[in-house]
Amino acid sequence: MPATTKSNFQLVSNGILNENPIFRLALSMCPAVGISTSVMNGILLGIAVLFVQVFSSCTIAAIKDYIHPRIRIPTYTLTIATWVTVIDLVLAAYMPAAYKEMGIFVKLIVAFAIITMRLETFACKNSVQASFWDGIGMGFGFMFGMMALGLVRELLGMGTILGYDVLGFRPLLFFVLPAAGFFCVGLMMGLFNYIELTYNRKKKGT
Amino acid sequence: MGNAHRPYLFPLLLLIAGLVLLAGCGSDHRFVKKTTFEDANAITIEFAGPVDASWATDKSNFTVYEKPDPDILLTIQDISLGPDQHRVTLTFQDDLNQDQPHVVTTTDIRSQGRSIGPAVLTVKKLYMGYLLSIFIGAMVISNFVFTKYLGLCVFFGTSQRKSTAVGMGITFTMVIVVSAMMAWFLYQFVLKPYRLDFLQIVVFIGLVSLSVQAVDTILRKVNPALFKAFGVYLVLVIANCIIIAVPLILADNEYNAFESLMLAAGAGLGFLIALFLMSSVRERLDLANVPPTFRGLPIAFVVAGLFALAFLGFSGMSIF
Repeated sequence: MPATTKSNFQLVSNGILNENPIFRLALSMCPAVGISTSVMNGILLGIAVLFVQVFSSCTIAAIKDYIHPRIRIPTYTLTIATWVTVIDLVLAAYMPAAYKEMGIFVKLIVAFAIITMRLETFACKNSVQASFWDGIGMGFGFMFGMMALGLVRELLGMGTILGYDVLGFRPLLFFVLPAAGFFCVGLMMGLFNYIELTYNRKKKGT
Repeated sequence: MGNAHRPYLFPLLLLIAGLVLLAGCGSDHRFVKKTTFEDANAITIEFAGPVDASWATDKSNFTVYEKPDPDILLTIQDISLGPDQHRVTLTFQDDLNQDQPHVVTTTDIRSQGRSIGPAVLTVKKLYMGYLLSIFIGAMVISNFVFTKYLGLCVFFGTSQRKSTAVGMGITFTMVIVVSAMMAWFLYQFVLKPYRLDFLQIVVFIGLVSLSVQAVDTILRKVNPALFKAFGVYLVLVIANCIIIAVPLILADNEYNAFESLMLAAGAGLGFLIALFLMSSVRERLDLANVPPTFRGLPIAFVVAGLFALAFLGFSGMSIF
């Protein structure tokens, strides 16, 4: 892929819609299943991923000319690990309650395929500015996916949104059970596929 | 060429592993030989030499708590000293929860007028049973895929065929045991003594990449046939978050060498079991009439959800 010609806005919307990390690329599924039990969790982990993605994209884009192609993957991994350590320590210090709830997943951002993939396919070929916007798009795309899952699971499981009681009763307690994460992701993916199929069929018809 | 070196390689590896294991099973303090649970409400500490009766029978010299709750101190009712002054038995007011490791902190140990220094001791119940419960726990009861939701990318990527699933599972188990043991060693003997805990993530991810590379090189030289069968999966191992999660869990729980080995082996075999179960179902799914919107990943997720529900049945089970 040559250096991108897309505008900043296109780069951001690309990450949120066309190449949504969770629903379209099907990468970094672990947190999507594991801790999407509430909207708040989604927002917090989303912020952490956004931070790591933007900063590692910028770092790699800035030093891309000095990296020997043969050691590029270890370099990416160490860059990501450094930024993950930063966000891990910051969250542990300033938001201990939320950090405890997310558990090991904050540290595991280091193994998220989505971040390495963006560095490999985008940041190492583009300018710092373009990488910054691409990182923002991917981060928000991830956050959007996590929030959508969290919304469905929190609403159906507990009848609340962001902790506020909306329905007044609990429709299906099953959805806050950890195992329901798999069902939820599967059904959402099916929904996305359905929309895409019908949309394409309409376009062909006219 | 390669064959000539082969006889030395394996004993050497065994020797290194043995040294690592020996280092792991030493006591917490040089003057303390053994700590065990006695009856339902007592802990026995065996010292290497005689201790002073005036020191040993003073209750204020010992503080005891369960490892997960350092704030809740247990009340010591009575302390008795053995006839040769080697064994100290602490009796408690309430029965102890022997499933949890207990931590005993002593003040300056006094022996024949000399001071030996304070000690922090960990008391655990019957060791083999405890190890086995860690192993079964990591493998089935809290299976990393179905109850902790880790390693899903690789799990869904390689569970399409049974042969791929088994290959991936075996390779993964090999690498995770090697890398977890190295991570444990590095954490206990380098990171912790020098207070570099905050470098955990950077060090562990580097170590995992290195051990994947090492297994790749060793396997290529030592057993080319095996390498041909499993080499392709080695690259995928690094993308699996279980392999980085296990060292982090080891470091968090302060496991020793045997416990770490059991956790790593359990995690690897658990992943193998999950992959095998899933691939058996997915081979059948190919023949089923699945609605077009659900073909591929969505239906795989729904199947995994059913497995997760089944594995929920194991939760809360305890062995030994």
